[in-house]
Amino acid sequence: MSTLAHDHHHAPTGLKRWFYSTNHKDIGTMYLIFALMMFFIGGAMAMIIRAELFQPGLQFVDPQFYNSMVTIHALVMIFGAVMPAGVGLANWMIPLMIGAPDMALPRMNNMSFWILPFGFAMLLSTLFMNGGGPAGGWTMYPPLVLQLGDAFPFLIFTVHILGVSSIMGAINIIATVFNMRAPGMTLMKMPLFVWTWVITAFLLIASLPVFAGAVTMLLTDKYFGTSFFNAAGGGDPVLFQHVFWFFGHPEVYILALPAFGIVSTIIPTFSRKPLFGYASMVYATASIAILSFFVWAHHMFTVGMPIKGELFFMFATMLIAVPTGVKVFNWMATMWRGAMTFETPMLFSIAFVVLFTIGGFSGLMLGMTPIDFQYHDTYFVVAHFHYVLLTGAIFALMAAAYYWLPKWTGYMYDEKLGKIHFWLSAIASNVLFFPQHFLGLAGMPRRIPDYNIQFADFNMISSIGGFAYGISQLLFVYIVIKCALGGKKAKAQAWEGAKGLEWTVPSPAPFHTFETPPKLTKAMLEH
Amino acid sequence: MTKFFKTSIIKFFALFLIPLSAIADWKLNLRQGATPISQDIYDLHMVVLWIVVITGIIVFGIMFWSIFHHRKSKGVKPATFSHSTTLEIIWTAIPLVIIISLAVPATKLLIKMDDTSESALTVKATGYQWKWKYDYLEDDLTLYSNLDEKSVELSQRVAGVNPMEYENYLYDVDEPLVLPVQTKIRILTTANDVNHAWWVPDLGWKRDAIPGFVNDNWTYINEPGTYRGQCAEICGKGHGYMPIVVKAVSMDEYKTWVAAKKDAQSAAKASSNVTMSKEDLMTKGAAIYKANCLACHQAEGQGVKGVFPALAGSPIATQKENLGGHIDRVLHGKNLMPKFGEQLADGDIAAVITYERNAWGNNTGDVIQASDISAARK
Repeated sequence: MSTLAHDHHHAPTGLKRWFYSTNHKDIGTMYLIFALMMFFIGGAMAMIIRAELFQPGLQFVDPQFYNSMVTIHALVMIFGAVMPAGVGLANWMIPLMIGAPDMALPRMNNMSFWILPFGFAMLLSTLFMNGGGPAGGWTMYPPLVLQLGDAFPFLIFTVHILGVSSIMGAINIIATVFNMRAPGMTLMKMPLFVWTWVITAFLLIASLPVFAGAVTMLLTDKYFGTSFFNAAGGGDPVLFQHVFWFFGHPEVYILALPAFGIVSTIIPTFSRKPLFGYASMVYATASIAILSFFVWAHHMFTVGMPIKGELFFMFATMLIAVPTGVKVFNWMATMWRGAMTFETPMLFSIAFVVLFTIGGFSGLMLGMTPIDFQYHDTYFVVAHFHYVLLTGAIFALMAAAYYWLPKWTGYMYDEKLGKIHFWLSAIASNVLFFPQHFLGLAGMPRRIPDYNIQFADFNMISSIGGFAYGISQLLFVYIVIKCALGGKKAKAQAWEGAKGLEWTVPSPAPFHTFETPPKLTKAMLEH
Repeated sequence: MTKFFKTSIIKFFALFLIPLSAIADWKLNLRQGATPISQDIYDLHMVVLWIVVITGIIVFGIMFWSIFHHRKSKGVKPATFSHSTTLEIIWTAIPLVIIISLAVPATKLLIKMDDTSESALTVKATGYQWKWKYDYLEDDLTLYSNLDEKSVELSQRVAGVNPMEYENYLYDVDEPLVLPVQTKIRILTTANDVNHAWWVPDLGWKRDAIPGFVNDNWTYINEPGTYRGQCAEICGKGHGYMPIVVKAVSMDEYKTWVAAKKDAQSAAKASSNVTMSKEDLMTKGAAIYKANCLACHQAEGQGVKGVFPALAGSPIATQKENLGGHIDRVLHGKNLMPKFGEQLADGDIAAVITYERNAWGNNTGDVIQASDISAARK
């Protein structure tokens, strides 16, 4: 074994290094760069949306194109930015955190990454097709989605292959975590980031095939004469919504759980104090994951379900507040009586805790069926899910990038610029999304290209916040490039209070790490 | 524009200076609405809003206190505790108690909203791409409610229109839904083509309108007035352009209105059979085109490439031998094109076809009369 490993010790160079890569670090890097690119493509679409909504009347785009921006923005951000960024972090960090030499299935790892660029090329190419890109919302509700032109089959197959990619990624993570932990790294000794990712991987495997099934039924409804979702043929348009959200709700946690893991790693580091309630964090994460399969219909309280169904889904949804609350309190208690410093990753993590909690509050409100009849499908919902996904998931991903950049590049990033990036992002995103609560309560539905003049003021404020947020993210790219090119050398232990095996290897992490399992001491397993 | 921009900025910062109640015209909060149910919803909304605000103040307060005091720069030595079973039980129990105390009133309200029995009047709202059809089931009256003409003009993507001058922009219709006050009214929602959602915020709820399904709901409007809302489920290109306007009047006025409306409809039907001059047909046709056809086929009949065919210069609207096909298409629809035979009177269809065959350089000179349409219907 050792001689074999020795033969492969050289790092391949050039294009081959990236196309044929089976190295978890290179694949992780590619995932992260891809996610960042998609973040800007999806962000550009958000800029078009906010420009059109800047004032009443149609100024820039037609309603049909506007709808396709709304649709593709969501697909790109969810499947192209947040999920791949999470998988990229998992690739880079999980083997380093559990003392494994690589992912368990390196060739599959290569394939699950390289599907993504093709999948998104296919999705984005629909914008140039006869009839335009998908424009019925990312939720793809029939019958509307069946009115789509030539883009329809491309949309369906995009979903299929992205699903294949994600499922392979999930299998890989599960196989790695269950088989490749260094001796002594028991499950309850694993860093919380690893735990949240294992649970996320199970969610992916359980929910994505359901989604693939639902979109396949759409495909046969359109081209092969079936009537799964066509009432005139004996089918049920609402069935799609049930099946979709059976996937869709766990998907929400697929985006959020890795963020919980990141924040649970960073807050103890900069509080110089162990994570409070490790075991309860693990159980809370698992509870949230299990509950996520029993709350799907809260996305569709207004479809006209029987009252018993509405009550069940209301109670189950409200129950999620309990484990989520436990997490927030644990983060608070971790900070309590610590010796905190406020480097950029810590700032993003604290903002995550506050702003994600605000999103959780509006989530509790939305979960109460009778009052949801007012909030549903309004900008209140738009504000809610952007609080949990942008100031939630994306802030956590930013925190992770700053936190591990020294390990990835071997250099410290520019702390001053990082802090400027944080403050710009935090202020702009609140100017962007907070007024949307007011718009929704006042009666503005989501997914409309134009609106009554009573909504004009807050839309303009929101757009200004949107442009500011968009521009500030360019600073992040500059900081990352600057850090990759040089700067202050990072130590192996880049952060004073950091715990975990990733800080025992040099910075930048060598091409191969832990080729022989590390000997773990009690101190190394603290978290 | 710049002035508007400036005042917006000033208003935004002013937000932080004035108590929330003083800026009523900024509509920060949920509407109280016009029905007992919308008031109940508002009350429950306020309860949960205050609960989350107070929870937020406590949680973030403790967190920020810690952030200000427990920092390394103040020379603090970090504590080493990492769990406390008592604390963890407490902060699992407290949220549980809060959500149970919220679930009880929510359940009561939901049960109240669900009871559509003993309603005095039933209206069926059917969503179309992109308009609403209202059937008054007891009074045997049907209305189609389109976006009003002024909003249509102002919502085009052309220079020189300014919606800011029009208070009811995208919030007005040609035919409002007239309902009596102080009466329990059952409102059924369904759809003809794709999912829509019927929502008037002042009535307190929205409900999806789904083809092949009928959802039932009810309302009881306290005061006469005009209540506005719009479609709340994405339904394609015209999703933002299908408002709902409810005009609530006294029962007597409602009865008078129904009688008058029915007379007007039968009079219109009778008069639509008369033969009209080409000029009159063109004027009438232009108005009907704007209300019914423009959303897809566009202001200049140019259509939307790949989705909605152009009419300007197209064979069906220009060639003599296709006249029959043209009439047939309007009457019976095809794919996304609805069956306008169900929605419009013969004279209206004759006028709009005459308009389509002579506008935008089509200049066929064809004149179609109501009698041609009634003949085609047979």
